[in-house]
Amino acid sequence: MSKNIDELKNISSQVRRDIVRMVHQVQSGHPGGSLGCTDFLVYLFFNLMKRNDSFDMNGFNEDLFFLSNGHISPVFYSVLSRAGYFDKSELSTFRKLNSRLQGHPATHEGLPGIRVASGSLGQGLSVAVGSALAKKLNKEENIIYILMGDGELQEGQVWEAMMYAAHNKVDNIIATIDLNGQQIDGPVNEINSLLNLKDKLESFGWKVYESDGNDFESLSSTLEDAKKSLFSGYPIVNIMKTVMGKGVDFMENSHKWHGIPPNDEQLNDALKHIKETLGDY
Amino acid sequence: MERKEYTYTEKKDTRSGFGDGLTELGKSNKNIVALCADLTGSLKMNDFKNNHPERFFQVGIAEANMMGLAAGLTIGGKIPFTGTFANFSTGRVYDQIRQSIAYSNKNVKICASHAGLTLGEDGATHQILEDIGMMKMLPGMTVINPCDYNQTKLATIALGDHIGPAYLRFGRPKWPIFTPENIKFQIGKGIKFLDGNDISIFATGHMLWQALEAEKILFSLGVSCEIINIHTIKPLDEEIILESIKKTKCAISCEEHNVIGGLGESISRLISEKSPVPFKVIGVNDSFGESGKPLDLLEKYNLNPESIKEAALQIIDKK
Repeated sequence: MSKNIDELKNISSQVRRDIVRMVHQVQSGHPGGSLGCTDFLVYLFFNLMKRNDSFDMNGFNEDLFFLSNGHISPVFYSVLSRAGYFDKSELSTFRKLNSRLQGHPATHEGLPGIRVASGSLGQGLSVAVGSALAKKLNKEENIIYILMGDGELQEGQVWEAMMYAAHNKVDNIIATIDLNGQQIDGPVNEINSLLNLKDKLESFGWKVYESDGNDFESLSSTLEDAKKSLFSGYPIVNIMKTVMGKGVDFMENSHKWHGIPPNDEQLNDALKHIKETLGDY
Repeated sequence: MERKEYTYTEKKDTRSGFGDGLTELGKSNKNIVALCADLTGSLKMNDFKNNHPERFFQVGIAEANMMGLAAGLTIGGKIPFTGTFANFSTGRVYDQIRQSIAYSNKNVKICASHAGLTLGEDGATHQILEDIGMMKMLPGMTVINPCDYNQTKLATIALGDHIGPAYLRFGRPKWPIFTPENIKFQIGKGIKFLDGNDISIFATGHMLWQALEAEKILFSLGVSCEIINIHTIKPLDEEIILESIKKTKCAISCEEHNVIGGLGESISRLISEKSPVPFKVIGVNDSFGESGKPLDLLEKYNLNPESIKEAALQIIDKK
């Protein structure tokens, strides 16, 4: 059953707590992009996707999600757990020895919800398009969702996949680009600019939507609109503006929090502003 | 086993064995899909494409994307066979294979033509001699290098039932057909072609025929060779290798690959750990290839029957 905006905000709040606690606990991981994409992943898993109750790798007759920018694993694990794929207590094993919650998502330990390993950037769109082809062969009318980072678009393979999907009319996919404008070494515009991304994507044959990834109303109206354009002969992309580090004021809008954990004092400071809504792990 | 002199009546390229095997698989299993990066004719995938256009994916000159698409197609029960040259099937896309296929344990069959020196005139940019090494180092990857048309066809068909990532390596030139066409191909099981007592010769791919030719010379010199085909480099058939060297007490290996990282290195590790005997790896001695005719190249790089004979005699002397 779909959640109202207050319920979604509550879930996001808990997920943000999970994220900062997870990376603090192991003093390792990527909080910035995770916090920025929290609202999107919450909306996706709690309202947008048609999901089966239990996890099966083939994912027959359900919508599928792929995370290409695997370093934001904290938000992925938290949302998967809060959506019921595994118990929240397992979040405490993040990045530790013998954990299913590897630093970057992996399939080999069978963590429910993970369909392919990611971390080395630029590979997820190809995999998602491949799974969209399988859906078509199986005559399933489900949707493939895929999230990529904006810095990740510097990888050439992304554009190979863009060309392929448009040329072959792969129209059962909605790709989302997390446009937070930051990458490890600094702002994307200073490292290797995307220039006019919308024009680029349109010229590659994709139908482009734009959204505010930290506003549930914007996510809802944009993605519901985008869904209406599916199965029309072209792939769909959602350019989603987010604030890196969203929800933790001292982390917001800075690439410095791409892959740095908070210390004890910073954790306490962050948690004061993020409400515990569903019970900490 | 009585000594048999292997001969042939026909030559055919091993890539055609792949194409014909794929055609058969396509008919018998509707989950088989094929992807190609602008080399449909070279990979002999036209029959599959024409028979099953809905299951054939032309990806253009974009091999990285092809590997990702293949990984994605497995999610939904498909069994993808990718086709391009060996160089572009491995080195060009190593990270895509590593993360999206091998580490993710996807049921993708990476089918690679024009491997080794014998692709000929195109030269070193295309003559990959490192692919077996790269692929065998990936955990969970099965690596197969069949020796002739028939074996390549049978290996292709066998991969249809195999679960897990696999690398199938074959070549461009027309090559003697000397193995039976109607036997079951067993992944991971070596095949004894000749019984012998003086030396074991383990050969893979095109080099098995070279080894059989070398054996004829050695036989005329009174040397009794045991010839074993190791078509599957990984998992390695340790039993057949150890059993053979227990009898012959020395061995050589033959492959169209760098001596670093190939079949010989796998055998070397095995026997140095379990049963040390004099051993030599015949392969390309850590260099790139060059343009030329296939047989001329094999001769220049010491992969011809004469070189195998010389190496065998030297190793026997060390016993």
